[in-house]
Parts: sequence; structure tokens; C-alpha cells
Amino acid sequence: MDYPAQWIWLTSVLPLLASAVIVALPRGSRQAAAGLAIGSLALSTVLALVALVSVMMSGGVRSVWNFEWFRTGGGPVEIGFVCDPLSAGMLTMVCFVSLLIFIYSVGYMDTDARFDTFFAKLAFFVSAMAGLVVSNSLLLLFVYWELVGLASYLLIGFWFSRPSAEAAAKKAFITTRIGDVGLLLGMVWLYHETGTLVFFSEGQGVLEEANLKLLQGMQSTFFGWSLAGAIGLLLFCGPVGKSGQFPLHVWLPDAMEGPTPVSALIHAATMVAAGVFLMVRLYPMLAGSEVLAIVAWLGAFTALFAALIAVAQNDIKRILAYSTVSQLGFMMLAIGCGNPGAAMLHLLTHAFFKALLFLGAGSVIHGCHEEQDVMRMGGLRRDMPVTWWTYCAGYVALSGVPLTSGFFSKDAVLASVSGAQTVLLPVALAAAFLTAFYMTRQVCLVFFGARRVEEKHGHGGHGHAHAAHESPWLMLVPLIVLSIFCVPVFGSGSGLSAWVVGSHDSHHGGHAVWVMVISGMIALSGIACGWWFYGRTPLRAGDADPVQRLLGIVHIVLRRRFFVDQIYALMLGALLRGMQGIVSVLETLFAAVTDFLGVAGCRAGGMLGMAADERVINPAFDAGCKVADWKGRCVSSMRTGYLAIYTRVAAAGLFALALLYMLWR
Amino acid sequence: MSGMAAPSEYFILSALIFGVGLAGVLSRRNLIAVLAGVEIMLAAANINFVVLWRMTPDAGQTGQMFALFSMAVAAAEIAVGLALVIQIYRHFRSSSIEKPHLLKDGEE
Repeated sequence: MDYPAQWIWLTSVLPLLASAVIVALPRGSRQAAAGLAIGSLALSTVLALVALVSVMMSGGVRSVWNFEWFRTGGGPVEIGFVCDPLSAGMLTMVCFVSLLIFIYSVGYMDTDARFDTFFAKLAFFVSAMAGLVVSNSLLLLFVYWELVGLASYLLIGFWFSRPSAEAAAKKAFITTRIGDVGLLLGMVWLYHETGTLVFFSEGQGVLEEANLKLLQGMQSTFFGWSLAGAIGLLLFCGPVGKSGQFPLHVWLPDAMEGPTPVSALIHAATMVAAGVFLMVRLYPMLAGSEVLAIVAWLGAFTALFAALIAVAQNDIKRILAYSTVSQLGFMMLAIGCGNPGAAMLHLLTHAFFKALLFLGAGSVIHGCHEEQDVMRMGGLRRDMPVTWWTYCAGYVALSGVPLTSGFFSKDAVLASVSGAQTVLLPVALAAAFLTAFYMTRQVCLVFFGARRVEEKHGHGGHGHAHAAHESPWLMLVPLIVLSIFCVPVFGSGSGLSAWVVGSHDSHHGGHAVWVMVISGMIALSGIACGWWFYGRTPLRAGDADPVQRLLGIVHIVLRRRFFVDQIYALMLGALLRGMQGIVSVLETLFAAVTDFLGVAGCRAGGMLGMAADERVINPAFDAGCKVADWKGRCVSSMRTGYLAIYTRVAAAGLFALALLYMLWR
Repeated sequence: MSGMAAPSEYFILSALIFGVGLAGVLSRRNLIAVLAGVEIMLAAANINFVVLWRMTPDAGQTGQMFALFSMAVAAAEIAVGLALVIQIYRHFRSSSIEKPHLLKDGEE
């Protein structure tokens, strides 16, 4: 009990075992599958809580447990597990939120034929994330990082018979992989410089005194940055992909093709949180280096960019997805401004209310018979009271209404911006304003006014649209529990965030009161603005979006998400066409060379003929052409396309080389 | 090193096995048999790894590591290879090596 790092890995192994057992069970054992997944995760949650309490009792002491994985030419490769306030706090959140999502899934996936498979994959997902959180080695973390990617691929594409789900799964996997290349390169460089990838190891780890001094003191070849900055920039590529920052954000909104509980998991606890978590974990290395400014600017840009897009979306889950991208931008912004504590605080509060909002959206979709378009909803306040009240709690927290959990964490982020990168404060405030605005728009469209559904089946049994119905209790209980966490349980946020990441950001202790006032006013004015457009006079069926009339063409650009996907498609198309061009140029060159040889043969033949007798020019020319023709045939007959012949030719070449080698000696 | 045959005998063994594998790759018509031949060739390489490691003093576990590594890579490769064979079989209704001459561009 006094050394939690030695057993904290069980939180990851238990769900993995459950997942393996579920896969081995006969198809259709639904109760066993759900029971195993939920039971193992409940155990993990208890373990995580015990770890958290024991870390608290010991006053935030870090315990590590390292061991040798294997030994190779360069020396031993160590991996290990760590239990400190950061990992224990994060782990508790991951397990607890996932547990609630699991319970919800029992209700949500009730009618799905592959219910047990779903739980096996969910448990695998959470297992990978828990492992990522407790790793004490960048190498082990990377392994879990990729497992998280794999699990997200399996779950986003869970309904793989839909082409859109299959495409979204591939997109998520490939887009995050682009960032992972940078992460891998950064790891290699880091290992080259320090000889280890373990975070903490009695003074020898990468994030400890000696190595930090080495990394921050030395210049790299990259624009004269310090090593820490250059390696940090490479490592940052991974979180850019995983946490949906600007150039690589495209996968996240598409990821909602998966079942709604999966969206909730990805957006709250298990996937996008990993990137921010890694940045917070690596913060001691990044502190004071050049990369922080890039992180801050990219975060601020992403926050505003995604918030703008969210204003013009009509799909209830897509709005929430862009909101996640925007909030992740806030977290990166806080890290870039030198306050990982604020980022971690926002990550934790965001996990609770975003999980709540996604599960609420799932309940709405379920209640409206798989309808996702907010323009075709409305008036659900009366039909789904429990969903409405819990959604409301998540809504005020995300908007940053004073005295909610989201208010305190967003305020911590804004305060750190005002302290470090004051230029970015207006950008962050604009994003915060838009957050309140688009959430108000969504809530007004979904829950107020009257139902806006056109008649779909004019004749037949059901002429009228089905009335929306409240979801089963199995889905409502997690909503109620999550909504409790939107009230200011994290009230003393600055203290908690400082504790979670250690004491190195103590200079942010003083809270700027004026930031708090401004941030509250911004949130309220955003809500007022949203109410002015959407709440005052509820939309009726067929009405255009009021903001659409106001913004005109800008609205189209926003609704089409700044055409980022189209631009990528164009760029990729151009790239492929370019490669094709290169290949065809090479082929032409090759053909020209063989032609030239043939023609040269011709000419040679001709010359010979001329030397012998002028009158045999023509026959000689013909002969030369025959030679050229024969050569051409020889060359082209080598390209038969038959695999068997290719292998034989390769083998003959091998023998020839071996023979040459032996003779040469 | 007592109880060990001379190194050259191991090399002869591995060369023979390599030859068997290569002969299989070159002469068999069935794609699965060709893949099996490739596996045999890899096994011959593994023998060399282990023998050379055993002959080198103070080499740690490197030779065994490499042999394990190449086994893992071979396993991954055979998975992809068999998947391809299945696709080819579905397309041509045959797993003969003569069928697919689609490596040639153009028609057919």
C-alpha cells in the first residue's frame, strides 16, 4: 500500500483481461460481457482512488517502479510505472468517467447485435489509456499511445458496414499517425542525447535535474534552438495529431461516426486527453524553451478556428466535436503560456462536462429516433425532462457561466494567458464568447420552441412524427452523476492544479480578479447574444438560420468548415498527380534511351553498309531496324508481369552476384 | 564450445536449407507453397544469426534478439502475404503463380 507504483499498472491490466475474456466468450453472451467490462473497470476505479488517496496522504510524493525490459547492444532498455499526483489524478478521472460511459452503453447499445464485441473493444480502449497515464517511460507510453489509436480505429469504425464510418475510422488512424511520426523521431533524438527514455529514475530520468540541464543547455542544429526546444517541437507533433490541433484536427469531427458512447470516450477521457496529458507530463523539459510560443499560438488559433466552425454546424454531435477541438486549443494555450496546471484543470473539468454533453446528445438522438440534425429537433424540454436538466448543467459549465466548474478552469487558462502571452488574450476571449454563443444556439434549437419535423410518411400507419421519448434509467443515471461534477467541486482550482503538476508553477498563485470578471461577462454576453438570435423567437420548420442571413457567404465558409477537407483532398490529388508525372517522365526517358540504342544500332548498321557498298544502304537499314525491333522486343518481353519469371530473374541475379563475389576474392 | 560441431557444418546446413527454400520459391506454382519457401529461407538466415552469436564471445543476447526479431517480422510478413493470396484467389479463383500477371501495366 505504501508503494502505489508497484500495483498501479493493475488498473490497466484488469480491463485488458476482461476484454480478452469477453472475446473468448461465445457470441451473444451479453450479460457476461457487460458485467465483466463494468466489473473490471469498477475495480480499476477503486484502485485508482486508493492510489490517489495514498498520494494525497503522502503529500504528493512520487513513487516509481522501473525494471529492465530487455538488453541490447546499446545497453538495457528500461520501462516502468509511476504514481504521482498527475498520473493518479488523471487515472481516477479516466476510470471514473469511463465507468459511467460503460453503464450508459448498456442502455444505449441494447438493441445492437454485436453488444459483446462492443464491450470488449471499450474495455481495451480504456485499458490502453490507463496504461498510457501510468507509464514512466516515453517508450512504454508510446506503445500505449498507439494502442489507444488502434482502439479508436476499431471503435469509430464499429458500424463498419456504413462506408462513412469506415472512412472516418481510417481517417482518424492515418491522421493521428502523421503526428506520431514526429513523436517517434523526437523519441529517437531524445534517446540519442540522453541514453534513456525513462521519465523518473533516481536522478537519471529524462525529466530530472541532470538531463534537463543537458537538454536545455545545449544548442541544436535547428535554428540554434536549445535541444529541449527542438526535441520538444518534434514530440509536440504527436499531441497535435492526437489532440486535434489545427492542421491535423480533421479526424476528430468525423470520429462521431462511431456509436455515441465512443464519441463520449474519445472526446472526454481516453483519446484526445492523451495529447494534452503528454504535454503536461513533458512540461519540465519544455519549460522555458522556444517551443512554448508555438504551442501557445497554435492552441489559440485552434480554439478560435474551431469555435467559429461550431457556430455554423447543424449536426448535434458535430457541434460538440468542434467544441472539443476548441477546448483542446484552450488547454494547449495554457501549456504554451507556462501553466500546465491550468491545462490539467481544464482537462479534468472538460472531461466531465463533455462526457455529460455527449451522453446527453446520445440520449437526445435515441429519444428522437436516430435524428441528429438540430434543425429537425426542438421542444424536447417537455418530452425529456431529465436529459434537459442534466444537459443544462453541462451547457452552463462549457459556456463558463460563473461558479460552474468550467468557469473556474477556463478562468485559470485565461489568467495564465494574461500573465504570459497577453497578445493572445483577445483571441482566447473571442473563442470563449463563441463557445457560449454556439452552445446557447444548440440548446435553444434542441430543447426550446416546437418540434420541427416535416411529414416524412404522408400515408401509411404513422402519419405524424414519433413523439420523442425519455431514455431508460440506465442511461439517465450516468447523466445525473456527471452533472453533479459540473458544480464547483473544483472550486479551489488553482491549488488543485498546482498540486497535480508539482510546485513549479507557483508564480501563478495570484489570481487576477479582473480576468475573472471579464471571463464571466464574456460568457454571459455570449449566452445573451445566442438567446437574442435563437431563443427570443423560436425557429419554425423551414426557417433559415438567423445568423446565416446576417453573415451571408461567411456562413457558408464556416458551415463547410473552412474547406480544410477539400483543400487536403486537392493537395493530395496534386501530390499523386505529381508523382504520376514523375513516373511517366522516367518511363519516357527509359523508352528514349532504349530507342536511342536501337537507332544508334541502326545508324551503325547503316554506316557499315555505306562503307561496304552504297547500294546496300537500304538492306542494311532494314537489317538495322530489325536489330532495333528485336532489341525492343527483348526489353519489352522482360516485362511480362509474371511473378514466377521475376523471381527467377532475381534468383539468377543473386547467383551471378555470388559467383562474382567468389571469383573476385 | 565442447559438444559443438565445427562452424562450417552449421553454415553448410543453413546454406542447404536456404537452397531448399529458394528451390521452393522458384519451382512451385502454388502461391502458398512459394510463401512457405520464403519462410524456409528466413529460417536459414536465423540459423546463421544464432550460430554467429554463439561463436562470438561477450555478445550478450544480441544474436537471439535478432533471430526473435526476424521471426516476428516474418510472422507479420506472412500475415500480409496470406491476405494477398486470399485476395488473389477471390479475384482469379485460383492461387497459382501463373495467373496474376497484373504486375504488367496496361490492359487485362
